[in-house]
Amino acid sequence: MSNETTHALALAPEDLPKAESFFKPHRIVLIVLFGALVTAIALFMRWDWLPRYLPRLGTGILVSLAMLFSTSILGFLLAVPLGLAQVTGPWFLKGPARLFCTVVRGTPLLLQLWLLYYGLGSLFPQFPAIRQSFLWPYLREAWPYGVAALTISFAAYEGEVMRGAFAGVPQGELEAARAYGMGRWTLFRRIWLPRAVHRALPTLTGETVLQLKSTPLVATITVVDVYAVISKVRQETYLTYEPLLLLALIYMCLTGLLVLAFRYFENRIPTRGA
Amino acid sequence: MDSFVNWSLLALSAPGWGGVLLQGFLRSIEIALGGYALGLLLGIGGAFGKLYGGPVLRDLLECYTTVVRAVPELVLILLLYYAGTDLLNQLLGLVAIGPVDISGLLAGIFVIGVVQGAYSTEVLRGAIKAVPAGQIEAARAFGMSPAKVVRRITLPAMLSHAIPGLANLWLIATKDTALLAVVGFAELTLVTRQAAGATKAYFLFFCAAGALYLALTLVSNLFIGVIERHARRGLVERR
Repeated sequence: MSNETTHALALAPEDLPKAESFFKPHRIVLIVLFGALVTAIALFMRWDWLPRYLPRLGTGILVSLAMLFSTSILGFLLAVPLGLAQVTGPWFLKGPARLFCTVVRGTPLLLQLWLLYYGLGSLFPQFPAIRQSFLWPYLREAWPYGVAALTISFAAYEGEVMRGAFAGVPQGELEAARAYGMGRWTLFRRIWLPRAVHRALPTLTGETVLQLKSTPLVATITVVDVYAVISKVRQETYLTYEPLLLLALIYMCLTGLLVLAFRYFENRIPTRGA
Repeated sequence: MDSFVNWSLLALSAPGWGGVLLQGFLRSIEIALGGYALGLLLGIGGAFGKLYGGPVLRDLLECYTTVVRAVPELVLILLLYYAGTDLLNQLLGLVAIGPVDISGLLAGIFVIGVVQGAYSTEVLRGAIKAVPAGQIEAARAFGMSPAKVVRRITLPAMLSHAIPGLANLWLIATKDTALLAVVGFAELTLVTRQAAGATKAYFLFFCAAGALYLALTLVSNLFIGVIERHARRGLVERR
């Protein structure tokens, strides 16, 4: 599949408006209308539950962010060998890497998550060796399965991106490095990997936003992230819309911050002719 | 049990769950098809609105696409599922028809369609912008009406640019249907979980469902390849 299309689906740095672009007559009217809508929502809907749940919401947001960052970093570390194996690997590495990417990208994340949690989770207790190992206290929890599923998913999507990025580094640059007498490892570390990451960076932004949007799925396996906290609120207060609106707002803020952070980093990398 | 895996659980008739699984699979495909079609309609409207609409329409569409692309599908599905059915019932109440029970199928199609609409707006907008302006100007110079320009020039010419993105969207639509399991709609993923819970054969059923989804993806990829070749006919291969 093509790389540019996946990142068209997530918010990209250029999608966020610039501050000066708000001062046009029709935009001021729209902003006033929007402000009126927000005021109406704040005044006429029930928000008295909010202070009670605020601490739990804070922890939930932290759990969501921890899920996002740990799985993105782990997934990226997996994606580099996956991409490399597909570009230069011998057939016995190339085949499994491609198969892994195809299978993971071809099945829904929710299904993978449930396969790991309910499937492996029901299989593990049958083995005494696992029950007695030091890992057991962790394997009884839900979050390792969430981290595993999200990591695998991120690695598969990003592995495909890295494949394109590794293949797209101009041959001349690699030849120049070889001509300088760099060893294979030095060449990889100094030239090939940094250039590939640079090429993949815009797509990486999109994939990370998509990853943030996948994190609420872990709530279905009892990890208490911000989505799970809001579900709890809905159960306890019998409110339908207010908690969900707040949740949407929280995710919009998180996405916005993430995109701004990536915009900052992308601007810091010097590019010629930009 | 003589073998490690009890395959008879996948039998198509009553004691086995294979038939139930296939039925769930069928409903997943139905929702994906319906949602994709609705999303495509919204996307065409949205793309033309964004490119040729007035400033207010453009800003509103920008809000729509930004919100959908920033908020997780799961949250959108919950919001739209409850708000959509609620609003419809209130509207029907106003015209004195009284509340109706909205089928899960329609609600699911609506929800997936709204999400897909935002994505396909972006894909189609990019594709329309990639059509050389001269082609559209030439069509206008020949005296074609705007509707005819769209039908004869813009839509066919943008197709080769749009197809990779639209193909991706179709694959996303098939996988997004799994999220409807969370609101309790009996599509493949939820049915699988029920079957697995009832028989305790979690691995077997989740792997079977995974194989069904994967088969759908692979078969779709074959079709997409054929369509792509057809849409790109006559274009010079870029190498």
